[in-house]
Amino acid sequence: MNQLFKYFFIVGLLLLEIQHSVFADEKQKISIVFLSQEKQVPAALSNLDAFVQHKGLKGAEMAVADNNTTGQFTGQNFELKHVIIPLGESVLAAFKRHASDSDLFVVNVSDNQLLKLADLDEAKTKLIFDGVSRADELRNEFCRHNVLHMLPSRAMRADALAQYMLKKRWQKWFLVVGPTKDDKRFAQALHRAAERFGMDIVAEKQWLHTYDARRTAQSDVPVFTQDVSEYDVLVVADEQGLFGEYFSYRTWLPRLVIGTQGLVATAWHRTHEQWGAVQMQNRFKDYAGRWMEEEDYGAYLAVRAIGEAATRTQSNKISDLKAYLLSDQLALQGYKGRPLSFRRWNGQLRQPVLLAAARSLVAVAPLDGFLHPKTELDSLGYDQPETRCHLGE
Amino acid sequence: MLKQVAGILGLLLAVNAGADTVYVTLEKDNALAVVDAEAGALIKTVTVGQRPRGILLSKDGTQLYVATSDDDTIKIIDAETLAEIGQLPSGEDPETFAQSPDGAFLYVSNEDDNQVTVIDIKQRKVVARIPVGVEPEAVAVSPNNKWVVSASETTNMVHWIDPVSHQVVANTLVDPRPRGASFSADGKQLWVTSEMAGSLMIIDVASKKIIKKLALSIPTVTDDKIQPVGVVIDAAQRWAYVAMGPANRVAVINAQTLEVEKFLLVGQRVWNLAFSPDQKRLYTTNGVSNDISIIDLDTHKVIKSVAVGRYPWGIVSRP
Repeated sequence: MNQLFKYFFIVGLLLLEIQHSVFADEKQKISIVFLSQEKQVPAALSNLDAFVQHKGLKGAEMAVADNNTTGQFTGQNFELKHVIIPLGESVLAAFKRHASDSDLFVVNVSDNQLLKLADLDEAKTKLIFDGVSRADELRNEFCRHNVLHMLPSRAMRADALAQYMLKKRWQKWFLVVGPTKDDKRFAQALHRAAERFGMDIVAEKQWLHTYDARRTAQSDVPVFTQDVSEYDVLVVADEQGLFGEYFSYRTWLPRLVIGTQGLVATAWHRTHEQWGAVQMQNRFKDYAGRWMEEEDYGAYLAVRAIGEAATRTQSNKISDLKAYLLSDQLALQGYKGRPLSFRRWNGQLRQPVLLAAARSLVAVAPLDGFLHPKTELDSLGYDQPETRCHLGE
Repeated sequence: MLKQVAGILGLLLAVNAGADTVYVTLEKDNALAVVDAEAGALIKTVTVGQRPRGILLSKDGTQLYVATSDDDTIKIIDAETLAEIGQLPSGEDPETFAQSPDGAFLYVSNEDDNQVTVIDIKQRKVVARIPVGVEPEAVAVSPNNKWVVSASETTNMVHWIDPVSHQVVANTLVDPRPRGASFSADGKQLWVTSEMAGSLMIIDVASKKIIKKLALSIPTVTDDKIQPVGVVIDAAQRWAYVAMGPANRVAVINAQTLEVEKFLLVGQRVWNLAFSPDQKRLYTTNGVSNDISIIDLDTHKVIKSVAVGRYPWGIVSRP
C-alpha cells in the first residue's frame, strides 16, 4: 500500500514536471472581461448622432490588439472576453457567473449597478475599471478600493468649464437645469466649481418638459430667458441632450451656451487632433467604422493601463498589477499631452479635460495659470484635501 | 595693407566656413522654408506637399527627402532648385525616417500600420516591410550599419532590426512614448527620449540594456510639461542636446558624464534639432511659436530666432 502510494507520488511529480516544461514555453496569459449591459435607446433631439450600444467595447478591443502587439515581444498574451447582458437581466448574476474568468473587469453599467457589483463578495479581489460613470458620489462617500474610474467626474468637467469661463471673464452665469437626477448632479458640480473659482450664479432656472401645442423652441427659449438680464453666459445642465441644444441662437439676449451643450467638457472628442490624437482617431475609425466616443476612450485606456502594468511588472497577478497602476511609476499615454495616472485617494484617472465645440477644439483644461503644488491636473475635481474618500490612507 | 587684405580674406573664409542653408518643413503650411543660417533670415518658402514632416539630406548633399504625410509619400527635392524630382514609396502616413550610412536605403516609420518600410533609394522601390510595435516613430541607423532601431510609442519599446535579414532580433523596453533616438558617433550608445516620463535613456548597444536614465526636471516647470522629443549628440561626443517640447527648452547634456549642464530657453513646443555641418550651431523647430531658434554651440547661447511659418516640424542643414 505504502509502496503503491510512493509510486503514484513519483508519477505525479513526473507529470508535474512535464506540465511545467510544456507551460514554460507558453506565453503569460492576461485575461480581461468587458462587461456591459444593453441600454434602452433614449429619446433624442435629432437623428444626427446614432445611438451606440455597448460603448467602450470597440475601444477595449483595439487596446487588446495594441497590448498583444507589445505582448509578442514580451511573451505575454492578452485576451478579452465579452459579457453582454441583455436589457432587464441581472448585472450582478452575470458578474458572478463570470467571476472566475478573470480578475480584471472593464465595465459599462449604471452607477447603481456598479456600486452593487463592487460590493459583491466575488468582486473583493477583482479590479474593476469603470469605463463610463461620471458620478462624484462614486469617487467620494461611495468609493471602493476595487474600482478605478476612467472618465472625468462631473466635478472635473465643471471645474474645466469654470477655468475657461474665468479665463474669459464670463463670471456671471445663468444656470439652466434639466429635470433628471443626473442634470441636478451636474448642476451641483457646477455650483461647486462656481464657488471654487469665484464665479457668480446670478440666476438658476429649471427646464420643464411641458406640453402645449402652441409652444416651440423658437418661441419658448426667448421667453424662458427673458427675465434674466445681467448674465455673461448661459450654463446648461442637460446630460441626456433633450433641450440644451435649443438655447444656442435663441436666448433673449445674445449669449453663448456652455455646459452639456454648446461648449462641452469631455474626455475625448472628434475635433481633438493634438499629441498624436489624430493617429488614434484614424486607427479607431478604421477599426470601428465610426468616431471614437469618450466611453471608447475610457475602455481603451483601461485595457492599455492593464497592458502597461503587465509589461512593466512582467506579471499577471492582480496584486502586482494594482500596485503598479496606483504607483508613481505609471505614466499612461492618453494622447492628451500629459502622462496619465490614478489618484490614489479615490481611484480617479488623472487627465486633461477637453473643451470642445461641435467642430473645433477650443481649449484643454487645466488651462495655463491654474497652478497646483503637485500636478496641475489635480486642479480639476476633488483634490486630496477635499475628498471624502480615503482609499490611499 | 597686406595684413588688412589677409584679415579680410580670413574673415571671408571664416564666414564661408560657417555658411549653411537650413531647410524646415512647415506642417500646416504644406511648405518648405529655406533659411540662411549665417544671416538668420528666411530666404524663401516653397510649396512641397500635404503635411510635410520628416526631412533628411541625401548623403551626397544634393537632394532633400521630405515626408509629405497626407500625400503618403516621401518627395525627393533638388536642394538647389527646390524642384520635385521624384517620389519614394513610403507607405501610409510617413513621418520620420532614417538613412543608411551609405545612403542606399531609407527606413520609414508607418505609424498607422505598425511597420517599418525599407526603401531602396536608387531603385525607388520598397524592399521590405518589417512589423514592429504599435505606433512606431523614431528610427535610426547605427554608424556601422549594423543596426536599425525603431521605437514604438504605444508599445514603449526599441526594436533592434538586422538590416540584412530585416528581422527584429531584440527589443528593449523603454519609458512611455519614446520619441527620439540617436546613435553616438562611435556607435556604442543609443540615446532615446521618453515624452511621457520626461526622461532620457542611454542604451548600451552591445548589451541592449539601459545604462543610464536621466529624469529631465526643471525647477520652474511642472514635470508633466517636460516632454522630450528630439535628441542629437555631437561627433566628438562631448555634448548632446535634447528638445523638451512644451517645456520650451533645449537640455544641454555632457555626453561624457551623462549629466545635464544647462537648459536653453527657445521657442514654444520644441521638437526637432539639427546641427550645422560644422557643428558650430544647433537649430531647433518650435512648432507653436512658428519659428526656429539658432544656438551657438561655443557659448551655448541662443543667438537668434527666425519666424518661418506655421508648425515648423523637421529641420536639416546643408553646407
